[in-house]
Amino acid sequence: MIMALYRLTGRLCRAVSQTRSLGTAAVEAEPPASGTRAIFRTVQQDPAHHSEQDLGQYYTLPPDHVCSVFPHGLPRHFQLQMKTFNETCVMVREPALELISHLKKADYSKPALRYLLYGVTGTGKTMTLCHALHYCSTQGWVVVHIPDAHLWVKNCKELIPSSYNSSRLDQPILASQWLKNFGITNKHFLSKIKTTKTYMWTKRESTEEGQPLGELLEKGLTRIKSSSDVMGALLRELRLQCSKPQDEGSGAFRLVVAVDGVNALWGRTTLRRENKNKVEPEELTVVQNLRKMLKNDWCGGAIITSLSQSGSLFTPRLAYLPHELLGKEGFDSLDPFIPVPVPGYSEKEFESCYQYYIDRKWLQHSQSHTEEGKKELIFLSNRNPAVFEKLCAAL
Amino acid sequence: MAAYSEKVARSFLRSGAVFALVNSTFSSRNVFQLKRTVPLLVRHIQTSSVVRKRSLAATSQEKFTEEYIRKQIEEFNIGKRHLANMMGEDPETFSQEDIDRSIAYLFPSGLFEKKARPVMKHPDEIFPKQKAVQWGEDGRPFHFLFYTGKQSYYMLMHNIYGKVLKLEKYEDRMRNKGLFSQDTKTISVIGSRWLLKEELEEMLVEVMSDHDYSHFLQLMERLLALPYSHVEEEFIQSFRKQLEVQSSKQVVPPLQFDEKGIAFSTGEGRRKMATASVVVRDVGSGKVTVNGIDYLQYFVILQDREQLMFPLQFLDQLGKHDLECHVTGGGRSAQAGALRLAISRALLSCVSESEREAMRQAGLLTPDPRVKERKKPGLAKARKRYTWKKR
Repeated sequence: MIMALYRLTGRLCRAVSQTRSLGTAAVEAEPPASGTRAIFRTVQQDPAHHSEQDLGQYYTLPPDHVCSVFPHGLPRHFQLQMKTFNETCVMVREPALELISHLKKADYSKPALRYLLYGVTGTGKTMTLCHALHYCSTQGWVVVHIPDAHLWVKNCKELIPSSYNSSRLDQPILASQWLKNFGITNKHFLSKIKTTKTYMWTKRESTEEGQPLGELLEKGLTRIKSSSDVMGALLRELRLQCSKPQDEGSGAFRLVVAVDGVNALWGRTTLRRENKNKVEPEELTVVQNLRKMLKNDWCGGAIITSLSQSGSLFTPRLAYLPHELLGKEGFDSLDPFIPVPVPGYSEKEFESCYQYYIDRKWLQHSQSHTEEGKKELIFLSNRNPAVFEKLCAAL
Repeated sequence: MAAYSEKVARSFLRSGAVFALVNSTFSSRNVFQLKRTVPLLVRHIQTSSVVRKRSLAATSQEKFTEEYIRKQIEEFNIGKRHLANMMGEDPETFSQEDIDRSIAYLFPSGLFEKKARPVMKHPDEIFPKQKAVQWGEDGRPFHFLFYTGKQSYYMLMHNIYGKVLKLEKYEDRMRNKGLFSQDTKTISVIGSRWLLKEELEEMLVEVMSDHDYSHFLQLMERLLALPYSHVEEEFIQSFRKQLEVQSSKQVVPPLQFDEKGIAFSTGEGRRKMATASVVVRDVGSGKVTVNGIDYLQYFVILQDREQLMFPLQFLDQLGKHDLECHVTGGGRSAQAGALRLAISRALLSCVSESEREAMRQAGLLTPDPRVKERKKPGLAKARKRYTWKKR
């Protein structure tokens, strides 16, 4: 019924716009009157109120939201698209709606629920994650977002032995970058949350108890050497305080931990020590801290993770299922979780994306506007979002 | 007779013939090795090799007299009856195919070149057509155009021009009477072509230049373009050759139905060491699976998927069929090409005659003959040479 409605409104819209353009004969282009809203856009801009009616439609994120919530979060090609189209439009899709509905209905006095997004490469797992994060940040949660865990286990130039635990390795630059981004995302929480214990960074430096988190962050950013430990401390604080019932001073907050490419934490690394020995993921401080966060021993929040084959090391190209990508160890530690499959575009979603590209004048080729051209595009991309985007980039 | 056949045997052996004569009672004179410029290998023997070479050169220009040809024809017919007797078949109904079969059985040859194998055909097919002697006993030529050098050709052109004049005169008469009408029936030239230069030469038994041939074509076109050319239809058609419709040669398997009642058809294709087989079902989803994997994952490169798309797009059936493909061997491009051929062949049975012809013309049904060229000795690869050093 919804599909029929959609088609009806689509036809009406197009008919209306056609008659209008016929009426104003001198005007060549479609008149962008406010009455004819493009069928692929939804009125509802707030992710909290997205419902099944908005399925397949795009909603726009305001630019300041984008800067604050996703300083480092969005995938690279999406950022390019943002810059080209001068707006940030995200499609409302099934998996995202499912995730958001779970988040709404979950009981936050129980241990945190883990959600795992999985699917073939390029179907939109990262974008779904970002959609859910946008919802969480509009609801006022604390967002811990790791855009790509694979970046932590490969191509790292500086590895210093950890001061806290001598067998582990630190990644100062990575950690400090992450702390900076965390500060941008959760600016308003930095003064509210206070530390619960004293941390000794070096013999002379320490952070007292009761200091706001902002201080902790400052310490991490100035003293880059100890930034990994600062990150660990931060995460620990958040975990502890989130689980606690409502206190007089600090208001109760909800925590969402979002990790993209979570299979990196249990895979292999390409990093080596100076003596050319291989480094296992367990030996990295940041990875250890993150693993503690992913354990569901704390409550009052949610853990959203997604798998990624494209950035992963030493995994076969065609693998996309959780137990293939996570391995036995990862699967056991993430078990139990709620799997959320992310398929390619459905017909309606594909239509919507196609109309969006035409509207943004992205498809310039004359044949791409015809029916045959559309069928060609469907066949060549098999309705895979990433492949479709790459295909349209050339047209 | 026996001595003659012995000498014949020796000549065969000397000129490198493979077979040996078994039965000397059977006259082997009708069995020749067919070559392009038909040398007569069954000849009176020359013993020394020098003289033999000279004799071979002389045979190519030798004129065969009419009497000689007639004798050859008689001997051929007798030989045919003998052969039928030998094979135990009826001499009356012994056709050329039977002769070929029998010769292949009696003289098995391992040569690869078909034209080098022993053959027995009617002398008209073996001996080149030659002109009879063109002048009488007094030395005066029979034909009035003999001294032009190309008498048949000029005669033909003269005749055609005569017909052109005749038709123009006829048209003038009709116009004078007022009976001229534009809608006279025209000769249909679709599906036929003019004779090629080689064919015309064969017909006239005369050599001509390209210039002459183009003149001939121009004159024929002019004749064809005249309004009343249907009068001379028979004459014109004698110079035209019908073209066969290629696609009528194709064997198209019928559509099959499986137990659920869904129509499906199979096709196989090969390209450059890759073999593919495809089952096209009439389900209507547009799902494509290659070796059990989705085609988007199997063929990462866009070009390969475009190759798969080509037959379906050509027939406008992009989302209508379900493809289940299996492919082995070759590289990614070869596998894509093999699949494309297999899909086109499978779709043949679902499609009408005119579309089949269109597919053939688009090149969808032609297997690509290009294979890897062999490496030659003295060269690094098939064509690449080793570095040339001056010293």
